[in-house]
Amino acid sequence: MNVIEWGALGQVLVAGLIVGAGIPALFALGLRLLAGTTSADAPTTQSTPARGDANDASSRVVAIPRPSPARLAGAIACMGVVVGAIAFGLVFLVSGGH
Amino acid sequence: MDPVTETLLLALVVVTALAFDFTNGFHDTGNAMATSIATRALKPRTAVALSAVLNLVGAFLSLAVAATIAKGIVDAGVITLPVVLAGLVGGIVWNLITWLFGIPSSSSHALVGGMVGAVLAAVGTSGVLWDGVIAKVLVPALIAPVVAIAVAGLGTWLVARLTRGVPQDVTNRGFRWGQIGSASLVSLAHGTNDAQKSMGIILLALIAGGAVPADSGVPFWVILSCALAMAVGTYLGGWRVIRTLGKGLVEIDTRQGMAAETSSAAVILLSSHFGFSLSTTHVATGSVLGSGVGMPGAKVRWSVAGRMFVAWMVTLPAAGLVGALCHWLESSIGGTAGTIAVFVLLIVVSAAIWIASRRKPVDHTNVNEAWDEEKGASLEPVAATTGEAGGERVGPVPAVATASSVAPAVGAVGTVSAPSNPKVGA
Repeated sequence: MNVIEWGALGQVLVAGLIVGAGIPALFALGLRLLAGTTSADAPTTQSTPARGDANDASSRVVAIPRPSPARLAGAIACMGVVVGAIAFGLVFLVSGGH
Repeated sequence: MDPVTETLLLALVVVTALAFDFTNGFHDTGNAMATSIATRALKPRTAVALSAVLNLVGAFLSLAVAATIAKGIVDAGVITLPVVLAGLVGGIVWNLITWLFGIPSSSSHALVGGMVGAVLAAVGTSGVLWDGVIAKVLVPALIAPVVAIAVAGLGTWLVARLTRGVPQDVTNRGFRWGQIGSASLVSLAHGTNDAQKSMGIILLALIAGGAVPADSGVPFWVILSCALAMAVGTYLGGWRVIRTLGKGLVEIDTRQGMAAETSSAAVILLSSHFGFSLSTTHVATGSVLGSGVGMPGAKVRWSVAGRMFVAWMVTLPAAGLVGALCHWLESSIGGTAGTIAVFVLLIVVSAAIWIASRRKPVDHTNVNEAWDEEKGASLEPVAATTGEAGGERVGPVPAVATASSVAPAVGAVGTVSAPSNPKVGA
């Protein structure tokens, strides 16, 4: 008898890394796409050229300007994947797959 | 065995199985909800109520009851009602002891340990499948935290990178919901998995006692009572365990909490999908550790984690010892008196542990107090910042701190001292 089932362990590890780390990352990305244009004083947003919203200069910190359509679409896609994964987890539980 | 004894034994086994179910819910609330409580995404009472409801729902969701106890670990032929009773008592007592010390340890491992001990006392080493013990209990207890630390660590690191520069109130609002959602999934998974174990035990006991036919499904009252016992246990909340998981290992923010709970949910569901069952508790603890490992600048209290790993390794022999002692007591007194003696012993030990816990109660009011690793300095968690955590988030208290040396040492790492040293810190 194998003490460790390496195949199953490897599958759990790889799938776990993809799902378990990927979902929070997508969630964070979605939030960032929605919120990234808030303030001019966030220095690390240099990778976001979509900062040039019309009312960006006037809105300082708290007022969140509408994200550009591309960012909004990206955020919705990210959140959609997250919600889909949760739904899949629920179906898995209900179907007694454990 | 005469019918009266048998009926009494059956009733006691059912009650004890429900009591185990209760301690299971009680002990494992923290797996799902500790991080949400620690980050104040949910109020403590709300969190345990949500978890209780989801455990209740989960118990009804899946009806694929595995009517086996410790399958592949002990010889199924030697499991009798007295053995089951002794094993359950072993599991309950170990659950209560680890709760008293606030150690999250696996309830299923405690049950398996109690069963192994009872079997050893009943028929000797021939009744235990040692390969199964190693492959299904000891090795997974080592592997689960490693996998969970890796997954949660990577997830937390990615989240920290991606949210760098995003205002904290925005991340807090978003991740609070993400955290509640992922924690709910863990609660639901716990309900579907763990309530089934007690249902299986009760079903087996009923079949062995001749109360239901051998091919019977689970009677509705068994499902209902198991679901309720676990939900009540969850609602009462093992605040000591919650405190250790939420505050003791890592000072956690909502982003770490969300990454940790998602990692727990993913690893638990995937491991059962791939047939490599890992303990919910070990995975959840590993995920919390991983959220500290992956967050730049965060501190992990490895001394607390080390105590936990030791407890996990000790769970099987310790619960086994209790189970074996109970079976020995049961069989040396014999008959009805022996069964009652074990049951009374369980009540006495439980009451003693509860009284001991009242000397330093932990409940919903003080569950989030700053962690005090060594008595003397109360640690002040530095408020989490956006992006990378700034500097040391929690100052460790030197293990060798003495009355004279503690003040500079504590001051140097930026903590606030205990009232006995009011000048230091701040």
